[in-house]
Amino acid sequence: MLSPILLSLKIAAIATIFSFLLGVFFAYAINKKNIPGKNVWETFLILPMVLPPSVLGYLLLIAFGKRGPVGGFLLDTFQIQIVFTWVGAVIASCIVSLPLMYQNAKSAFVSLDPIYERAARTLGSSEWKIFRTVVFPLAWPGIISGIVLSFARAIGEFGATLMIAGNIPGRTQTIPTAIYFAVESGNTELANRLVLIMTIFSFLLIFCLNAWLKKKNYIGRQS
Amino acid sequence: MDFRIIKRLDHFTIDVNYSFYSGILAVQGESGAGKTTLLNCIAGLALPDAGRISVGEKVVFDHNQDIDVPTRLRALGYLFQNYGLFPNMTVHQNIVYGIKNKEEYKDKKKREELLQYADYIMDTFGIAHLKAKHPTQISGGEKQRAALSRAIVTKPKLLLLDEPFSALDSRTKEIIYQEFAAFKKEFQIPTILITHDTEESKLFADRRILMKDGKIVEEH
Repeated sequence: MLSPILLSLKIAAIATIFSFLLGVFFAYAINKKNIPGKNVWETFLILPMVLPPSVLGYLLLIAFGKRGPVGGFLLDTFQIQIVFTWVGAVIASCIVSLPLMYQNAKSAFVSLDPIYERAARTLGSSEWKIFRTVVFPLAWPGIISGIVLSFARAIGEFGATLMIAGNIPGRTQTIPTAIYFAVESGNTELANRLVLIMTIFSFLLIFCLNAWLKKKNYIGRQS
Repeated sequence: MDFRIIKRLDHFTIDVNYSFYSGILAVQGESGAGKTTLLNCIAGLALPDAGRISVGEKVVFDHNQDIDVPTRLRALGYLFQNYGLFPNMTVHQNIVYGIKNKEEYKDKKKREELLQYADYIMDTFGIAHLKAKHPTQISGGEKQRAALSRAIVTKPKLLLLDEPFSALDSRTKEIIYQEFAAFKKEFQIPTILITHDTEESKLFADRRILMKDGKIVEEH
């Protein structure tokens, strides 16, 4: 029972790191800078939220399969296989959690009073320094929300993961796929245990996030 | 400094041509007269449609010659209407923020001098005891002093003040007026003061212009 839990945590953690980096980068570039094709970029980023996981999984399978444009290249050049590996599960989890990260980071950046960036500019700061010292720290509560929600989404990812990574015990079997196959094979005891673990974990994650955000707001208003 | 600024806005066009080299220039006018946009054009925070701006000897904007020096290199101090103190930093961190961007800050000896100067400015404005406080923990008058300290600590060639007293209550305003008069005498930085208060501009300014719908309609 431990193997799918550890693998889920590993996949979700790595996927969250990538969705954090990509989400923050795109949220800043699209909403704070004048990059061309803003709407197209944004639509692509939100798309995984509305597409059925099976569609997403199928698209990933086409892209990362042995004969796919990315998968074929990786296999021929670096002998790296993505399909039916935990790396595939990381890619699926990252893509499904990216919209949550992007939306949270976007809200945090957009709601930030532009006066702080302007003030930093008049004080001689470069754009990178403004981001590092002013924008990012002030947007941090929103970004934290994005990280937690992305992690929760990544750990619960099922459809796309199943299609691209399969359900190989010890190698690609995550908690959600383990639950699905435990139920299918009639092993309700294992399913119950995993469901309980998953529910408690998700509850605690959201509970702690809300408590932290409330505390932060409270301190802000107090001072 | 000289500025010739043309900037089209929704309801009118800012078209201003003026030169001044020392003291305080008050730009008066009602809300929506284009005063803050004028200041933002000078600071490089808004892009004029045409014109030429020079700060000291340096041309920072020239539409014809395609010159547009970024804000960070214009050597300006800007005091915003709501101060714009970074809430994630202490008062001291706010004040030394601009100093740390200076080239000289990399030199150990000069760094000490710059930091000592920051301490001197904080002492002068009576906010040295607030060093470790965050902007949300200090009063309006203290925020104003901190923001002014932050704007002048980098020794700017031009100081831009956008309605610096408007957010203060009348009692605090009186105290700050006295301090500002002392500040003007001691630091003598060429300053543009945006205000809608005639008393205020008479009190501090060496020259005054009145703006209406983006144009200068009176000069004193």
